[in-house]
Amino acid sequence: MAEVTLQGIFKSFGATSALDDVTMTIPDGSFVVLLGPTGAGKTTTLRMVSGLDRPDLGRITIGGREMTGLTPAQRDVAMVFQQYSLYPHLTVRQNLEFPLKSPILRTPQAEIDRKVGEVAEILQISHKLGNKATALSGGEMQRVSIGRALVRDPSVYLMDEPLSSLDAKLRSDLRIELKSIQANSGATLLYVTHDQIEAMTMATHVGVLDRGRLVQFGTPREIYQNPVSIYAASRLGQPRINILPADVFGGAPPSATHIGLRPEQIVQGQGEDSMVQRVERLGDQTRLHLTFKSHDLITVTDPHTNLKEGDIVRISPRQPFYFAADGARVA
Amino acid sequence: MSFSVTEPRMGTKWLAGILVVGYAIITMVPLLWIIATGFKSPNDSIAYPPVILFEPTMEGYVNLFTDRTRATPQMLKDAGPPETWYDEIAQNRGTVITGPSRYGERFLNSVIIGFGSTALCMILGTAAAYAFSRFRVPLKDDLMFFILSTRMMPPIAVAIPIFLMFRNLGLSDTHLGMILLYTAVNLSLSVWLLKGFIDEIPVEYEEAALIDGYTRFQAFYKIVLPQAATGIASTAIFCLIFAWNEYAFAVLLTSGNAQTAPPFIPTIIGTSGKDWPAVAAGATIFLIPVMVFTILLRKHLLRGITFGAVRK
Repeated sequence: MAEVTLQGIFKSFGATSALDDVTMTIPDGSFVVLLGPTGAGKTTTLRMVSGLDRPDLGRITIGGREMTGLTPAQRDVAMVFQQYSLYPHLTVRQNLEFPLKSPILRTPQAEIDRKVGEVAEILQISHKLGNKATALSGGEMQRVSIGRALVRDPSVYLMDEPLSSLDAKLRSDLRIELKSIQANSGATLLYVTHDQIEAMTMATHVGVLDRGRLVQFGTPREIYQNPVSIYAASRLGQPRINILPADVFGGAPPSATHIGLRPEQIVQGQGEDSMVQRVERLGDQTRLHLTFKSHDLITVTDPHTNLKEGDIVRISPRQPFYFAADGARVA
Repeated sequence: MSFSVTEPRMGTKWLAGILVVGYAIITMVPLLWIIATGFKSPNDSIAYPPVILFEPTMEGYVNLFTDRTRATPQMLKDAGPPETWYDEIAQNRGTVITGPSRYGERFLNSVIIGFGSTALCMILGTAAAYAFSRFRVPLKDDLMFFILSTRMMPPIAVAIPIFLMFRNLGLSDTHLGMILLYTAVNLSLSVWLLKGFIDEIPVEYEEAALIDGYTRFQAFYKIVLPQAATGIASTAIFCLIFAWNEYAFAVLLTSGNAQTAPPFIPTIIGTSGKDWPAVAAGATIFLIPVMVFTILLRKHLLRGITFGAVRK
């Protein structure tokens, strides 16, 4: 296992800039999740580390070793692709064996059998080992593809939205499984997703990417409680943070143009009036859609609330975030 | 899962079946004619109206594979009773077998040149197609167009330059020369066909293999090649059929040493009168390798020629 560093990585495809001066250190044994919408540069970052693409500028080290000019095989990384990329002419077992049989590893057959059996057990695909890779459901393919990375013991695991095509139950099972595999083995894991629950539950560190730039890097709590910008604040939290003009409540610092309010930053029962537009009951949580001085906002209330459409709720901010016109946090 | 397709009615099925069978019979007639003629006696072979039912004889095949000389009754008597069934057939016609004909070696030449050029064409074609498909080749589109443009004229149009070139290089009437020539003619087709097939194989498979610890060549060999098998098989059939049947260059550039079967078969007519059964026998045997090759690869061929048409 190893520390991974990216220093001043630039990459553009034609005229579009995919990565713009990305610098980060992925500590040894950490679980780093890259968050951001499509096109933010998450997958490109993974491909830089894997060696499938080369940066235009900048250097990458894995375990202190300079990676420039090394092939993916030489870098000793394992990767889970978003589109599974199982070898269609091979069986599930052969797919799982494939990395172990590489000229670099040349694992003895007994060891291969042991590892493949172990991983198949974890991923609940033992009964499918004899199947052709193409004769699987999407979820099974995704698990085999995760398994193909897990059979190895690489310096770093790279995963590109590995849980995206699984159903909800399997996804939450595998979230826990992946997290415990990583925690037990001390593996370094770089993980791409746009699912904030995956980020919050698994990550030791989250990197927030915005159009090729790394805007914030820290623990999930740090990013949640102390976002550097509107963009970073919007990545985590459900319901999303409410962004309103800074002056609706008063007391804003002079440079602020926007106020950011997460549900827990809105105190109900004191302050100014707002009207309930809709009560959304999710079971464990009930969301209130409010109108406050002609601005819409969403907050969370008591799951068993008696509030209904048209009721008046008084609200006031508590330790809100303030942002400047360019989105940067000012207070 | 296709909802727009309805099960055809019984009458429609029968009509389609009859049409297909009818078409098959029409296309099979010349083939059956050739095969039948190979087993006819010379008289039956030119009978008018043509005889459908006849007494089969191996005479055509004996004549195809042997050289014979006309013998006087005295010579036949001296030669004694025939030792083998083919000696007997020859003696019944008043001839004695003096040795094997050259058909066997001509046929072998066809096999060497046909399969040799097909193999070379597949190796070069797959490598070129892979490079065009996967790498950033400068002037890629122009090069691809240039490769295609080599087939925009009939190959025989450049017969004279090739003839002179072969003479100066010492390639005339050699197996190597013919293999190179047929490879050159077929290569453009195979690069284009194979590039299409390789384009269809997602690049992620190779990337996965690269990550899994394999070199690019190993990834090509273990991942791309098995998946391109269909394309390679169908392209190989096209190349083999061209090289196997090619006549004009074979007449022009080969004679004593590397002559293939197509220019040899017509010469049978000249050696011992109009011996149609021997010609038909030669043609029948000549059909077999391509038929066997095609039947062996037919699953690939069917998938190959419908490739792209049925995707998605």
